[in-house]
Amino acid sequence: MSNPASSTLKVTTPSDREILMTRAFDAPRDLVFEAWTKPEHVRHWWGWRSSTMVHCEAEVRPGGSWRYVTREENGVEVPFTGVYQEVTPPERLVHTEIYDVEPFNSGDPAVTTVTFHEEDGRTTVTVTTIYPTKEVRDMVLGSGMEVGAAESYDRLAERLASLV
Amino acid sequence: MSTDRLSSIFSALADPTRRAIVARLASGEASVGELSQPFQMSKPGISKHLKVLERAGLIAKTREAQWRLCRLEAAPLREVADWMEPYRRFWDESFGRLDERLRQMKEEKEKKDV
Repeated sequence: MSNPASSTLKVTTPSDREILMTRAFDAPRDLVFEAWTKPEHVRHWWGWRSSTMVHCEAEVRPGGSWRYVTREENGVEVPFTGVYQEVTPPERLVHTEIYDVEPFNSGDPAVTTVTFHEEDGRTTVTVTTIYPTKEVRDMVLGSGMEVGAAESYDRLAERLASLV
Repeated sequence: MSTDRLSSIFSALADPTRRAIVARLASGEASVGELSQPFQMSKPGISKHLKVLERAGLIAKTREAQWRLCRLEAAPLREVADWMEPYRRFWDESFGRLDERLRQMKEEKEKKDV
């Protein structure tokens, strides 16, 4: 018997240059694919709870580009951008990914592969990102996506609330 | 934790055999012989992997009578998990919101289908 796909996010590092994430969603994959790629949906979920999406566009076809920019509570804008290399709805996406801030946007981009696997109406999404170097990968992992204290305080408050 | 130490932990874990050894040791101590069994690998081959894991502080060898047993050291794994926590949290939070979005999309679809 197979275990039901887990809604718990798993993050692992299968090699020196990769980050692998797995997460299941309680929806069929055509819906998950749509929510994953279309800006009208992406703007509702990408980023921290405290982020504001200020720019969200995606041309979801091979050679098309995407750009998501959030503004954090401290006023800092966090821009991510890239180009789609492969688009196979509702199964698979391959796209490049750049944190579009100097000096991070001068090197080779990371390449992300996303797969959508449906079983019993649930969809497991696997996201593999390969970074140009181990140093870049480690920076991304250790940075917390450049967002700092504001979110930690929220979390602390939540934790405290759950203890009461 | 210093970056060098993190690097050695990461590179130690960036190998499927070594990850399998760590997973095996998570369920209890084992001898080198026991650890080499699931792999088609000689004892010296396994010993090389164990040395890498030991240098990264991920495992320790204990001596019990004349047997040498390996055991998992949890602290470095914990440190890596802590260090990665903000990244994990960013995605965990985003995916939590994606869950909500998908619920809304399902409801809208059902309404349309009726």
